[in-house]
This record gives sequence, C-alpha cells and structure tokens, in this order.
Amino acid sequence: MQREKFLVVNSHFQLQYEEKQSCYVLLYPEGMVQLSFSAGEIMSLCDGKNSCDSIITALVEKFSNQAIESDVIEFLDEAMSRNWIIYHEAR
Amino acid sequence: MKPDNKTISPPLWILLELTHKCPLECTYCYNQLDFANTKDSMTKDDWFRVMEEARAMGAVQLGISGGEPLLNKDLLEIVKKANELKFYTNLITSGVGADISIVPKLKEAGLKTVQLGIQSSDEHTTTLITNNQNAFKDKMAFAKACKENGLQLIINTCITRQNIHQIGDIIEMAERLGANYLEIANIQYYGWALENINALLPTREQLAEAKAITNHYRENRKDMKVFFVVPDYFATRPKACMNGWGSTFLTINPSGVALPCNTANTLPLNFPNVKEYSVEAIWNDSEAFNYFRGDSWMKEPCRTCNEKEKDFGGCRCQAYALTKDMHEADPVCDKSGFHHVVTSKVEESITSDKQPLYRNKINSMNIIANRLARSCK
Ligand SMILES: C[S@@+](CC[C@H](N)C(=O)[O-])C[C@H]1O[C@@H](n2cnc3c(N)ncnc32)[C@H](O)[C@@H]1O
Ligand code: SF4
Ligand code: SF4
Repeated sequence: MQREKFLVVNSHFQLQYEEKQSCYVLLYPEGMVQLSFSAGEIMSLCDGKNSCDSIITALVEKFSNQAIESDVIEFLDEAMSRNWIIYHEAR
Repeated sequence: MKPDNKTISPPLWILLELTHKCPLECTYCYNQLDFANTKDSMTKDDWFRVMEEARAMGAVQLGISGGEPLLNKDLLEIVKKANELKFYTNLITSGVGADISIVPKLKEAGLKTVQLGIQSSDEHTTTLITNNQNAFKDKMAFAKACKENGLQLIINTCITRQNIHQIGDIIEMAERLGANYLEIANIQYYGWALENINALLPTREQLAEAKAITNHYRENRKDMKVFFVVPDYFATRPKACMNGWGSTFLTINPSGVALPCNTANTLPLNFPNVKEYSVEAIWNDSEAFNYFRGDSWMKEPCRTCNEKEKDFGGCRCQAYALTKDMHEADPVCDKSGFHHVVTSKVEESITSDKQPLYRNKINSMNIIANRLARSCK
C-alpha cells in the first residue's frame, strides 16, 4: 500500500448506501457484497480525494480511536487485491 | 399453499427483456419457440415504472436483454433512468442491431457492463450459428468500442457441437479483445436449444476436453477471469435453478408479463402483467410467484429428499418440458423416475444428423401453426 496516493473505487464497481439493508454495498456484474460498518466507512472515503493516510486521520478523528490504523491498512490492502479500489492517477 | 409473506425476500435481480426481435437467429437460443406471438407492448414509461418499483423494493442489479435490446429505440433513456435509480446496469447484447456510435452514448448514460455474446473465433462458424453474415464483423467492432469507451466487457460464449472445438481460440480471442471476464456456458436446453438438441449437444469427451483447455488457461494465466458453466445434461443433480423460484430474480418480458425466470411462461401457470399489477403485488401476492416457493408443492422423490434445500428440486421448466408435469423432480436428477429421458436424449443426439432450426420469425410462426393444427385434431 502506497500510503500517500489517492484512492478511488474501481469504475467497474458501484458503491452505494442501501437503506433497505442499512449498509454500504458494493455491486459488480451479477453480484453484490454487503460491507461491514467499518468496511463501508473506509470504502466511502475512497473518493479520489483521500489517501490511505488521510483516511486513517479522518477515521481516527471521527471515532476518537487511535487503534484503527492497522485495520484500515489491512482492509485497503485486501480491497486493492480484489480490485475494488485502485490508485487515482492524476489526469 | 401461500408461504407467510414475511419469509419472502425482495428480488435483487431484475431482467428487462425489451423485445424478442433479433437480427441473429442463434440455433441455441433459449427464447420461447412461439416468440413471434410476443408483442412489444411496454412503453418507455412502463419500463420506467417497473424499474422504480423494483428499486424501491431493494433490487440492485438490472439486466437489459431480449431478443436484442439494441433494437429498442428507448434503450439509452432506459439505461439513463436505471443509472439515476442507482441500479448496477448490465446490457446483454449480441452487439448487432444498432449503429456503433451507440457505445459511447451507453457509457455516458451510465451503463456499467456489457455482456457480449460471441459464438466463435471465426467468421464462418459465427455465420453458421447465427445465420447472419455480418455478425462476426459487427461483434468485433462492438467489443473494440466497448473497451475504447471504458465499459467493462464480459464475453458470453454458448458452447455447442458447432464451436466446442474452438474453446482455445475463443479464450485467446477474448483476451485479445480485452475482455474482463469470459463466460463459457454449456447451454441450457430450453426453447430453440431444446428443439435443436440433437444438433447441438456435444459429447462427454468433447466436454472433458473443453474443460481441460479452460483449466490449462486458468492455471497458466490469470489476466482474464474465465467461468465455465457445466451442462446439467451430463450431471446427476440439477442446478439450484434461479436460486429458488421467486427468491432473487424477476424477469419482465416484452409484453409486460412478469416471470420468475426467462422461460417460466412455458409452464401452465397464469403470470401477472406489470401493466395490471405493481411489482410488489406481483412478487409478494401473485399465485404464480408463490406457486413454487417453499417445498409444499413437491412430489416424491424431492419431498423427502435431504438435498431439497440445496437444489429446490431443480428447474421447473425442465421438469415440465421433459416430463409434462411441472411438479416432478428435474429429470437431470438421477433419483427422478424420468432420469432416463435425459440420458436417452444424450444417447440419441450422438448419432443424430438432424440440422438445427434457426430462431427466426418464420420458423416461430410455423411452430405456432403446427401446434394449433395438432390441438384442433
Ligand atoms: C437470449 S440472449 C438475449 C441477449 C442478446 N441477444 C444476446 O444474445 O446476447 C441472453 C443471453 O443468454 C445466452 N443464451 C442464449 N441461449 C442460451 C441457452 N440455451 N443456454 C444458456 N445461455 C443462453 C446468450 O448468449 C446471452 O448471453
Ligand atoms: S441468443 Fe442469439 S438469437 Fe437469441 S436473442 Fe441473443 S442473439 Fe438473438
Ligand atoms: S430428488 Fe429432488 S430434491 Fe433430491 S436431489 Fe433430486 S431434484 Fe434435488
């Protein structure tokens, strides 16, 4: 994980909050994953304007919890290996 | 009979069949033999309303199919509306039927994924299967345009005796075209495919070889995901059709008839029309959608079988087509008293030299006329 690079959801996927399911879901061809609360919080910050570092800062502040850093990195690594998110290359 | 409404979960997948017209005439097509009788009577606003109602129930995946959806002049607006409603939109197309300039417009309208049907790695075989000489060229151009415009490309290849020897070439071609996924589907024998089964069904040996070639690719390269859908005719257990009747999928045909799967209107049930009922009423309350929910409809051997939670007794359309009783176990199952129907079809096809019938309007009208003549006798 390159911690300072901006992250964005892969455009072939679609991330959205679903009222009916009370969670974020990630849609892909013929399928869907329901994201856990923390996964949803992290993914929704992958908007092309945040990096791994800034996501950690934002979430530490939001939940006043210092201990989340390694969880965030672990999740982002996993999300990237599944192609859910990619680095947002400057245009 | 009707299961408690609370046990009914909302549909996740909606398939809109915009028209049953098609410029191609694939011999393996699962569309109904009598498609010439299906009228395109859904207006754009009817489609909009169906999408809104389904979305409100929690549906997230939208498939746009047919026939050939590119023939519907409202396609772009339908895609745009679907995207506004936050569906994940999939276009299931032959790539033939509209000017290629539609591709960037589809992308702009918010389309996510194109599932492009490709029959072969060469022009000759494509024409043989589709009875259309331009099909191959048009498909290649369509695939290229999809990639140039940043659309996710899934290539769907239906495997029959006509193309099974080309699996390796087809995989390589799909990779060259930049496909994100390739789905190699051993076809389901419904509609035109069942009519033509003797000309289409490959042998067990051919299948084993196709599977081996696919596995070889998967082991050596991983750039493109390859799915291999196994044919149920060579199995001893049925597939869990549609993940259970009325559990996940909802299809709306070009006349507005709502179906639990694409071919369910081959069954002797009365399916409701979205022009008369809301999607919610159809899904939750209609007799047809409740008919095969749960397991109280089952006969032996399914009724007391310990695998019934796994496959729900298999496909109702297949049971009806092969046994004339839609409550039977899917005869693909070797516990079924009708399993021999499947095995004898496999045997029969090996030695048959029957020519396949193309899926077109004239053949469809002839089939309808013959049925009428028979029922008048
Ligand atoms: C009926 S077609 C309609 C859309 C479009 N005309 C096309 O061919 O892509 C929908 C999808 O079903 C696949 N298909 C057609 N007949 C089939 C069969 N007998 N078994 C399995 N898949 C089939 C096609 O390859 C296509 O991906
Ligand atoms: S499978 Fe072939 S014949 Fe059937 S709708 Fe698609 S393109 Fe047309
Ligand atoms: S008997 Fe019925 S429920 Fe049991 S495996 Fe066969 S089809 Fe499935």
